[in-house]
Amino acid sequence: MRARRSREPILWALFGGGGMMAALFLPVLLGVLLVAAPMGWIELVAFADLQVLVRNPLVRLGLFGLVFLSFFHWAHRFRYTLYDGLQLSHLNELIAILTYGVATALSLTAGYLLWSIG
Amino acid sequence: MNPDYRPYHPKWFRRRVPIFWWLRQAAYVKFISRELTCLLVAYVAILLLVFVAAVDRGEASYLALVGWLSQPMVVAFHVAVLLGTLFHTVTWLNLAPMALVVKVGGRRVPARAILLGHYFAWVACTIAVAWALVGP
Amino acid sequence: MSDTVTMEVLRYRPEEETEPTYESFEVPVQPEWMILDGLNHIKDQLDGSLSYRWACRMGVCGSCGMLVNGRPVLTCATYMESLLPGPIRVEPLRGFPVIRDLVGDITDFMGKLAAVKPYIVREEEKPVEEGEYLQTPEELAEYKQYSMCINCMLCYSACPIYRIEPDFIGPAAIALAQRYNLDSRDEGAQERMDVLSQHAGIWGCTLVGECSEVCPKDVDPAGAIQRYKVSATVDFFKSVLMPWRKE
Repeated sequence: MRARRSREPILWALFGGGGMMAALFLPVLLGVLLVAAPMGWIELVAFADLQVLVRNPLVRLGLFGLVFLSFFHWAHRFRYTLYDGLQLSHLNELIAILTYGVATALSLTAGYLLWSIG
Repeated sequence: MNPDYRPYHPKWFRRRVPIFWWLRQAAYVKFISRELTCLLVAYVAILLLVFVAAVDRGEASYLALVGWLSQPMVVAFHVAVLLGTLFHTVTWLNLAPMALVVKVGGRRVPARAILLGHYFAWVACTIAVAWALVGP
Repeated sequence: MSDTVTMEVLRYRPEEETEPTYESFEVPVQPEWMILDGLNHIKDQLDGSLSYRWACRMGVCGSCGMLVNGRPVLTCATYMESLLPGPIRVEPLRGFPVIRDLVGDITDFMGKLAAVKPYIVREEEKPVEEGEYLQTPEELAEYKQYSMCINCMLCYSACPIYRIEPDFIGPAAIALAQRYNLDSRDEGAQERMDVLSQHAGIWGCTLVGECSEVCPKDVDPAGAIQRYKVSATVDFFKSVLMPWRKE
C-alpha cells in the first residue's frame, strides 16, 4: 500500500494542468501582447485600461494560476527529457530537486509580484 | 572463433542505446521537439510576468519594454517562440482524446468529438482573451 | 520488376564472433511472399544455420516480430513486394539481448507480463454450481480492444524508454493490466495498481506514442497507459481528500 503514496500523481496533475492552460492561453497572450501589439500590427486598449486590467484581482489570480502551472509543466517535462534524452535517470533525485525547485522558486516570485501590484 | 564462448551458456549481444537516439527516426525527432516546447512555455510565462510588472510600474517602463519587444531580432525570436507554443498547443490537444474517456448515458463519446471540443475551447479562449486586450 | 531481392540479415553466432555481422542473400520475389517466406527460403535453400522464431504464419502467435528496414513488424504480415527494390534489412527486435541471429531473449518481458497478473483476479471465487460470470456486450466492449494483444513485443521494440530504462514495465504489459482492470468480472485492479503506480510502471512513460503506431492489432498501448495515469491520479486525490474511504 505504501507504493500508492508516490508523489507522481501530484506532479503529473500539475504537468497536465499546466500543459492544458499553456495550450489554451499562451499562443494568444504571446501573439497579441508580446509580438503583434509592440509591432503596431494591432492596437491594444488604452494604457490606463490595460493597467486597470492588470491590477484586477481576478486577472492576477488567473495569471498566477497560468504561470504557476506552466512552471510545473516545464519542470516535469524537462525532468523527463533529461532522463530519457540524455539518459540521466541515475541522477533522478538531483534532477527532480533542481527542476521542481526552480519551478517552486519561480512560482513564489510570481506570487509575490502579483500580490504586491495594484 | 570467440574465445569467451562456453558451450551451452548463452552469450548475449546487447546493443547500446546511442545518446542521440532521438535524432535517429522522424517520430523520435517530433517527440523530442514536443518535449522541448516546455522550455518555451516557461519562457513565455516569465515574459508575461515581466510585462505585467512593467504595466504596473507605469507608462514609462511599459514603453521601454515595448521598445525592446519591437526590436527586429527580438520580434524574430518571439515569432519563432510563437510557432513553438503553437506546436505545443496542437500536439497537446491532439493527444487529449487518448487520455480522456468520457461517457454520456453509458455510451463512450467518440474520440473525434472530444478532439473537436478541445479545439473549440482553444478558439473560445483565444477570442475571449484577444477581445479583453484589444477591445471590441 | 526484379525477380530477386537482396535480404541483408543480421547474423550473430556467439561461438564464432563477438559482434553481429550482416549477411546478404539473393531471394526470389513472388507476389504473395512475406518477409517470413524469404527467411524460410534462406533457411531451406541457402543456409540452414539461420535462426529465427516463427509459428503460425497468420499474425496470431506473435513470435515472428523482427526489425525490417529499421521498423518493428510481424514478418508474416509484411509483403516483400512492398519493400522493393530492396535491399531489405532484417534484424532482431531492438530492446532484447540477442541470443543468436534473429532470436532475442524475452525473459524480461515474460517476467513483466506475469507481474501485472494478466488474468481475472477474484477476491472470492464463486462456486461452480452457481454458474458462469455473466457479461453484457457493453461490458465486453469496455476492454475488447486491449484483449487483442498477441504479445508480439513490437511495442517494446518501438519504445525508446524501455531501451533506456530496462526496469520500465512496458507498453503491452500495461495494456494487458488495463484489459483486466476494465473487465467487469475482475477485482484485481488494486493489486495491479500497486505494481504499476511506480516510476518503472506508468510514470516512466513519456508518451512517445510509437508503441501504438507499430501495434499490428491496434491495441493502442499508449492510450491504455494515459488512461491508467488519469485513473491513478484520480485515485490518489480521492484517497487524499477522502481518507476514510475504504482502500
